[in-house]
Amino acid sequence: MPAQLEKKIVPLEFEQPLMLLSQQIEALEKQLADNPNPDLEADISQLHEQYNHLRRSLYANLRPIDHLAIARHPQRPYTRDYFDRWDPQWIEVHGDRQGADDPAMVAALLTLDGIGVVAIGTQKGRTLRDKQQCNFGMPQPEGYRKALRLFHHAEKFGLPVVTLIDTPGAYPGMAAEEHNQAQAIAMNLRELSALSVPVVALVTGEGGSGGALAIGVTNRILMLEHSVYSVISPEGCASILWRSGEKVAEAAQAMKITARELFSLKVVDEVIDEPLGGAHHDADFAARVAGQAIAGHLRDLGKMSGDQLREDRQSKFRRMGSFIESGS
Amino acid sequence: MDLKEWFASRRQKREAMQVKQPLTTEEYCALWTQCFQCRELLYTRDLRNNFHVCPKCQYHFRIGAEERIEQICDAGSFAELFSNLESADPLGFVDTDTYPNRMMEATRKSGLKEAVVTGTCLIEGTACALAVMDFGHFGGSMGSVVGEKTTRLIEKALELSLPLVIVSSSGGARMQEGIFSLMQMAKTSSALHSLHKAGLLYISVLTEPTFGGVTASFAMLGDFIIAEPGARIGFAGRRVIEQTIRQKLPNEFQTAEHLLKHGQVDMVVERSRLKEVLNRLMSFHARPPAGQPHNGPRGRQAAETVSRR
Ligand SMILES: [Zn+2]
Repeated sequence: MPAQLEKKIVPLEFEQPLMLLSQQIEALEKQLADNPNPDLEADISQLHEQYNHLRRSLYANLRPIDHLAIARHPQRPYTRDYFDRWDPQWIEVHGDRQGADDPAMVAALLTLDGIGVVAIGTQKGRTLRDKQQCNFGMPQPEGYRKALRLFHHAEKFGLPVVTLIDTPGAYPGMAAEEHNQAQAIAMNLRELSALSVPVVALVTGEGGSGGALAIGVTNRILMLEHSVYSVISPEGCASILWRSGEKVAEAAQAMKITARELFSLKVVDEVIDEPLGGAHHDADFAARVAGQAIAGHLRDLGKMSGDQLREDRQSKFRRMGSFIESGS
Repeated sequence: MDLKEWFASRRQKREAMQVKQPLTTEEYCALWTQCFQCRELLYTRDLRNNFHVCPKCQYHFRIGAEERIEQICDAGSFAELFSNLESADPLGFVDTDTYPNRMMEATRKSGLKEAVVTGTCLIEGTACALAVMDFGHFGGSMGSVVGEKTTRLIEKALELSLPLVIVSSSGGARMQEGIFSLMQMAKTSSALHSLHKAGLLYISVLTEPTFGGVTASFAMLGDFIIAEPGARIGFAGRRVIEQTIRQKLPNEFQTAEHLLKHGQVDMVVERSRLKEVLNRLMSFHARPPAGQPHNGPRGRQAAETVSRR
């Protein structure tokens, strides 16, 4: 029943052919219900086949900019959706203890596949009001300081840390600058790198620059199949390097932002498959698969000592980079 | 007119011509520099002798790594390290030009192989590890080499128990290296954790301009942070913020003085005093290794280590 299944889902631009076909099927099915006809029934079943074929080939040949569109899909599961599915009893904790609580950074105590973890994630917000409160997923310095507070909490109690990354980047605002956004991010990078508990990050949507890395200095970096991770948004890159807002697809291609490309570059440790078309087609399934993958890594990492975990994480990032060293 | 007179008159004519010949634009620019701030026309040699600071309005001109090293290191004490590292092109990046071409162009303009110069030196007799970024090379952007050289320098400071000074100047990330550029933020910050734990001093000097990934990593992690007068420092660029909040930002926003007011830097120090201030901070924190009597600043002992190398 693809036609009915797809109904509630907002199609992306590159999914238009699929949408048209699905509408056609729907119309014919209505016709069939009104007046049964074996020929029409055969046609419909053929269209269904065509639809499935088109769907598979469409998603097998996505361009980086298509992945980007899926990663930003308005119905994509967000951090709270994962927390809800992993542990309906999860406990939310608030605040940086210095004067603010940033809704764009969610902090939780939850049990994932039997493991008690401190979970931190950026939150984009679903309704317009939520979105505005969360600054569309762009944390303020206070959000990063809340995360830092929880990192230290995890260290104190020997709890593993799970981070979920889905942010266009740190918020570029006036108060954010005056409250020292740069220092908040830098401090997280430094402190997170040195924790002696297992830390695993999952990029669920957009991994936007330093604002994402601030909760991403982890022993393992996992990415959902259609998520992206980059040093600057493709829009920003296009406007700076191409001086054109129309070269976003080229910038997305050139920067190598997709999960599979980053896996090939050995920056990402595992790519987690999503339901066909993206996690928003089946959030329960996506959350289950992602949760199991994270728990698996946490169990592996749990075998290491505190010193080994720190060493593992620091040497992972120590190796990052590509350069030529001539004889000295 | 005999031959002698003819020669004399020809020489006179030529000399007259030379005097009258106007300076080429290049020669003129080399001799005179207009102050960006007060528009005063300054004699370049005087400007250079004044640390490239306008004597009239105190505007601090942007200077390159070489000149900065000259200004703050004791003469001849700078020993460069890790100059054998060069950028690769891990993504095969092409925008309107290829990354290798852009690198060659950057080197042609700056005379440097990369946007940071690293080494050890003495500052008024105190030994330290020093990194100086150069905005003139690729906008001081941080790619793998900037991250690697900075990290190796931090490790060298640890190995030799030296205080660390980093003079930053950067537009942010080297987009042409994509995710590798981003990861340098984590690499440098993680190395600084080890330095921090070892109880070694790190002084970060922020100069015009310092933005993006450099600010949001090692530049903001100093035990002390010094900014040069008038330097623009921030995480997001002015234009990006104005577009986001849809209003004009006040002029002083993101200047060194504004940061000082908001508790983000320890002091704003004029260039002519930078060397002295660095030395005073380092000397104040110099202490002997554990278990040994306090019989002299650690900097001195380390100075011997460096000169013996
Ligand atoms: Zn002036």
